[in-house]
Amino acid sequence: MIPVLLILIPFVSGCISFFLKSGNQARVWALLSSIITCIVSISGLVYFTSNAQWTADVEWIPALGSHFAVEGDGLGKLLTLLTAVSFPIIFIATYKSSYSRANQFFALMLLSQAGLMGVFLATDALLFYFFWELALIPAYFLCSIWGGERRIPVTFKFFIYTFIASLMMLVGIIYVYTKTPDQSFALSSFYNANLSYQEESWLFWLFFIAFAVKMPIFPFHTWQPDTYEQSPTATTMVLSGIMVKMGVFGVMRWLVPVLPTASWAWGDGVSTLCVIGMIYASLIAIQQDDLKRLIAYSSIAHIGLMCLAIFATNTVSMQGVMIQMFNHGINIIGLWIVVELIERQFKTRKISELGGLAQKAPGLAILLVIVALANVALPLTNAFIGEFLMFTGIFSSAATKYNVVFAATAGITIILSAIYTLNMIQRVFYGNTNTLTAEAKDVRLNEKMILGIIVIGIIIIGVYPKPILNITQDAVDSILSRMVTKQL
Amino acid sequence: MNAIVISALMGVVMMFSGILTKRNSTVRYIAITGLIILLISNVLELGGSRFFDFDVRNMLSFDSFSLLFNTIAFGSTLIFVLLSGKDMEKVGVHVAEYYALIFFILCGVGISSSFNTLLMLFLGIEIISIPLYILTGSDKRNLKSNEAALKYFLMGSFSTGLMLMGIALIYGAQGNFIIGYGAKSLSPLMGAGLLMLLFSMAFKVSAAPFHFWTPDVYDGAPTVFTSFMATIVKAAAFIAFIRLFSGSFGNVHPQWQIIVAIITAATLLIGNITAVFQQSVKRMLAYSSIAQAGFMMFALVALNNKASEGLIFYTAAYCLSTIGVFAILIKMKDYTFEGFNGLAKSHPVLAGTNAVFLLSLAGIPATAGFMAKFYMLSAAINNGHVLWLVILGVICAAISVYYYFRVIQAMYFKDGEVQEIKTTPAFRGLLIGIAAIVVILGIFPQWLLDNLYYFIPDL
Repeated sequence: MIPVLLILIPFVSGCISFFLKSGNQARVWALLSSIITCIVSISGLVYFTSNAQWTADVEWIPALGSHFAVEGDGLGKLLTLLTAVSFPIIFIATYKSSYSRANQFFALMLLSQAGLMGVFLATDALLFYFFWELALIPAYFLCSIWGGERRIPVTFKFFIYTFIASLMMLVGIIYVYTKTPDQSFALSSFYNANLSYQEESWLFWLFFIAFAVKMPIFPFHTWQPDTYEQSPTATTMVLSGIMVKMGVFGVMRWLVPVLPTASWAWGDGVSTLCVIGMIYASLIAIQQDDLKRLIAYSSIAHIGLMCLAIFATNTVSMQGVMIQMFNHGINIIGLWIVVELIERQFKTRKISELGGLAQKAPGLAILLVIVALANVALPLTNAFIGEFLMFTGIFSSAATKYNVVFAATAGITIILSAIYTLNMIQRVFYGNTNTLTAEAKDVRLNEKMILGIIVIGIIIIGVYPKPILNITQDAVDSILSRMVTKQL
Repeated sequence: MNAIVISALMGVVMMFSGILTKRNSTVRYIAITGLIILLISNVLELGGSRFFDFDVRNMLSFDSFSLLFNTIAFGSTLIFVLLSGKDMEKVGVHVAEYYALIFFILCGVGISSSFNTLLMLFLGIEIISIPLYILTGSDKRNLKSNEAALKYFLMGSFSTGLMLMGIALIYGAQGNFIIGYGAKSLSPLMGAGLLMLLFSMAFKVSAAPFHFWTPDVYDGAPTVFTSFMATIVKAAAFIAFIRLFSGSFGNVHPQWQIIVAIITAATLLIGNITAVFQQSVKRMLAYSSIAQAGFMMFALVALNNKASEGLIFYTAAYCLSTIGVFAILIKMKDYTFEGFNGLAKSHPVLAGTNAVFLLSLAGIPATAGFMAKFYMLSAAINNGHVLWLVILGVICAAISVYYYFRVIQAMYFKDGEVQEIKTTPAFRGLLIGIAAIVVILGIFPQWLLDNLYYFIPDL
């Protein structure tokens, strides 16, 4: 029941939103709908926790053996919670932004929320593919209609990239489907598919490329900085906070448990790509002058670490990935909110043109520093928990010979991330004011509230992460039980 | 049988209706009534009630496969006439003749979807082709239309010649015209016949390298008739193609599979890559129809149950979407991509439905086009020998997104002058209805395909 509600509420309210006349109506409607979704999600975690309430299964296309099957295990629950919490935050934070044709904007936002929920809940491969694409189409329109100057070519690149990759995954899905014992798309049948090692090893890449483009992993990342830069901020938040998690989620749900041998065999190759991408993205981030691009590159580095940790294949690293997916979503939305505030006030995102904001806007400065420190994974912030678990897992991984090398090289990126984040804070908030920032005002109440909530969340999870770890424990165990955890 | 008789009769009725009434709208209403009768009689036959029972000496057989296809073809024609019937009147003065020719073509469609012998195949294909030559040249004062008609006629007759030769060779090899006789091995005579038939059918469905006539003819013909040619006629040729090859040459499938696979690959590549460079939407749609033919060829490569199911579904998805796109294109004054600029603001219904049709042609999930491509891909993967073709197909599908989305980009993301496009509420309502069908079929494909199994499949 809960999963169906989580998909249906945003979907239906999104469709209704197309027909709303005024922009303000649509704004309030979208906010209400997202809050209701959020309440459903939280009550699903607190009150209606039984399995029966988190599963639904209806026959969909009988001739193909496909079901409308949705289920929330620990991983699904956590990510739907992230989606449900993020949308109200995004809507409130960008409440004052005005859009032309606002009803369509909010309708598409809600539809993409429905698609995301579906991706995280589907346990039927065809259904998963449906939602995977349904999350993409609204995002494409959102970026192309309301984006910046170069929006059309940039989002088109993004679309073509992800579309080719997902078609590859579709071929993979159909192939695995033909090899299932009962000709069904169900996840459990996929687990029992009869695949030889050769088949697994090329199927691995069909699936992995689809997820790697979404995450994005080097060298499939080139769409990302441009798209983040050109999209309207609310959409960028969705893209970077939630949509990239689709890739990580896909690897954990549909790749490593379905193709365990190939995942083990290609693990070192993928890990190498991750490490290269992390170092590369961090180095580029140091060079950036544009706030949005800086955050985009830092996000590539963080996601690379998550993917690396998945292929380390042990309980600690998996737990780290799960909790870090949630944390990264919250933190990066916090960062985007700050960027949005700065851009709205000064009409620029260039670090070199800003400076001395802390004197004029102390409230904003304090909140930003905490969010930014969480981005660096300082102790007491949520990201510290995630990164600490992931590094411990990578270091002690028994699945690869190169665990120490990977852990050490990935560790460099922590230092690099401290460099670019602290440098950014210093140049934007401290130092002397210039003509542009002399007139700066502090943040408004709604913005302060939202940032405050995010900061409180960061610290609470940073100090007491146990509830989240409890939610995901079952998912970690079930994924690991299907993986090759040791060297053969 | 119902359909063949009624459509032939209706053709004659339409010819005389031109004499009896001078009013175009009356002619149109008669045609629409005729189409509805045709559709209903065909659906009734699907349910088991035949109005006519001739002894056809087993030269035709009406199984659920052919009847379901006929239903799709007649339904699509009905939609086509409802949407674009008025535009047909702008082509020339002989409106009644156009409708008569369309009914004759439908008679050919009925034969070529249910033939049992090579003779009937030939008859069906010719009954389709000859009226089409006339329709292509129906814009008599337009030089391009004349050129297209002549080109189509010459090339078409040549391919018909090839087909006849192929049929003669096969007659020599097996001693009769019956398909489904089942060649056990491929004798030289049989092999030569197979190749000739393959080439002539590839010409009819405009598969590469026999596609060169397509862009010129589609571009030169009046746009209304291009719409009809690119959808219903092409689909009928495909049904005949798969019926012929699964019936006559199904047993020796492994021996010709690679040839068809290469033709498919060439069709996909040429259609998609050339479409990218087009400046006119009409010409782009001509190449896109070649590209879509490439996908339909998957059915022939795979030649299994999924493939024939998929082909039925593909024709429905493709016909509905393409007819929709053409109906909107006809209303435009400027056929270039820039002509669509800013359509979303001035005509949201046209732009919205057009976007759905284009998404369906591109194969985006939750549209019929996705399910169609899905069936084709899974048929080919099931077959197991042509994985390289599947990967190529997927890459080509991604290329196709480029040119279909150029139209969407123009409509939604670019600004243009407000155009005066007159559309009636009925036209807009019908477009919305078709778009709804496209989406519903994309989510519940079984609503169409269950009909194939409800009646005993005997293909």
